[in-house]
Amino acid sequence: MNVVVCVKQIPDPADPGALDPGTKTLKRDVKLILDESDTYGVEMALQLVDKAGEGSVHLVSMAPNNERSGLATALAMGAASATLISDPALLGSDALTTAKLLAAAIGERDGVDLVISGSESSDGYTGTVPTQIAAVLDLPSITAAKAITVDGGQVQIQRQTNAGYDDVTCSLPCVVSVTAGVVEPRYPSFKGIMAAKSKPVDERTAADLGFDAGQVGWAGAGQEIVDIAAAPARSAGEVVEDDGESYTKVIEFLENLKVI
Amino acid sequence: MTLSKIWVLAEAVDGEVATTTLELLTKARELADTVECVYAGDDADDLADTLGEYGCETVHQTGDLEGALVGVPLAAAIVAAVEAGDGPDAILAATTYDGRDTAARLSVKLDRTVLTNCVDLELDGDALVASEPVFGGTTDVKTKFTGEGPFIVLVRPKSFAPEPSGGGSADVEDLDVPDLGASGGAVVTERHVEESEGPKLDEAAIVVSGGRGLGEASKYSMVADLAKALKGAAGASRAIVDAGWVPYSQQVGQTGKVVKPTVYIACGISGATQHLVGMKGSKNIIAINKDPEAPIFAVADLGIVGDVHKVMPQILEALSKR
Repeated sequence: MNVVVCVKQIPDPADPGALDPGTKTLKRDVKLILDESDTYGVEMALQLVDKAGEGSVHLVSMAPNNERSGLATALAMGAASATLISDPALLGSDALTTAKLLAAAIGERDGVDLVISGSESSDGYTGTVPTQIAAVLDLPSITAAKAITVDGGQVQIQRQTNAGYDDVTCSLPCVVSVTAGVVEPRYPSFKGIMAAKSKPVDERTAADLGFDAGQVGWAGAGQEIVDIAAAPARSAGEVVEDDGESYTKVIEFLENLKVI
Repeated sequence: MTLSKIWVLAEAVDGEVATTTLELLTKARELADTVECVYAGDDADDLADTLGEYGCETVHQTGDLEGALVGVPLAAAIVAAVEAGDGPDAILAATTYDGRDTAARLSVKLDRTVLTNCVDLELDGDALVASEPVFGGTTDVKTKFTGEGPFIVLVRPKSFAPEPSGGGSADVEDLDVPDLGASGGAVVTERHVEESEGPKLDEAAIVVSGGRGLGEASKYSMVADLAKALKGAAGASRAIVDAGWVPYSQQVGQTGKVVKPTVYIACGISGATQHLVGMKGSKNIIAINKDPEAPIFAVADLGIVGDVHKVMPQILEALSKR
């Protein structure tokens, strides 16, 4: 069972950086971490490989610089190796270009049974990349999986729906995106962290994967940012310290709205 | 300046046209001369009256997909129509599971970018411009499609208020689904409906949500009880959904449902940007949290700095005496 997991390295959501007052663009010097929503995919993959008793977990990630700290976390969790698509030309790439590059890196590998990703990144929230990767590779895809079991050449998925969930069955290979909470991600052990330092991380540029500079980054994106403005702020109302009677304020508020 | 034709991905819930579809149709009428729908299924006849009432002239339906996940066959059928020269200038889909799958497949097959998380749309000449809130809704970014259409857009639920146009029933036409090859292999074998009491989370006039501040899973019952007492729906922050306290279907936020109720009561929720994006549009917001610095207070009309374990039972008791 060979599983590829797509992971994204993002600014820490607890410290998302700031606007550079000079250039009015996002400061890029913040340390990147492994997107927490990707830890579920990594854990799921590790468990599936464990259960199959053979195979390994390989990571694929993309960054404009050769940032590796997020990959190190996933390697420390137990992934065996990684491909890092790293190229300054990638800055500004849209979701479609990202998916094409990730798909190219996945397509370089033989014997991939399953591709797993999170449902959406915690910084961009596009949520289209997993299905776009599947479309580029001409594979079936199942998004929003909340449970995965593999049996022979088939994968059984519980797919989240608005009303509940669907049982979905599909042959391997395929692409599956998982919801947060699908499994409990393990914390990297000290041994895992040490072992990660010697695990192979292959770097690829856009050119290595067959893309020229005009196809990626800002140049290759079919979109252009035309305006950035502060959203109308919602003004804060009354804030009171609970003195044991503050619940009456809530009741009064609801009464005034005539909802009770 | 308007576009000549927009296709809206129509979806149905329990045999009725989904509210998100009506929202998209309402906006599409402003942007294009002709608004039509594409629909994955064989029961468009039952939806044609409502779709027509909101401005859809023709519904193109795929027919029975025999359990296949919608994205692959619907996108393939749309691509075939575009290649035959019958396609639209823009394709709008709601940010739903099937909407996302379809838009993502379309973008690859048509080699067009897809703009996501849009909350507003406008035209700049004949180019479509989409607005997207970033940084938890504090900043609006407008992005314009460059290059040729069809433009593919994923729109967040509740971005537009649905308004009927008074049109007559929409025509129903067949949309041919080509051979899907290897990508068409994912099939639904059984559907499970999780029963829930009371109004739906994204339709309720009152929503009571709980977060990590509740302390432990069992305390979520306070949220459920308060929602019930107010005839509202119970929601949750991502933190406690990820922790497994409540099902994902109750999650309010960027990931999860967008709610705009008359009253939103946030209990033990700090107000991470991820959560704020999903509830900031509420008409009135009450927040109860013990941390006076919690970001939720910045958007609350009434903020109680206090312990949810004390304040919530008092509110419940006061309501029970009425």
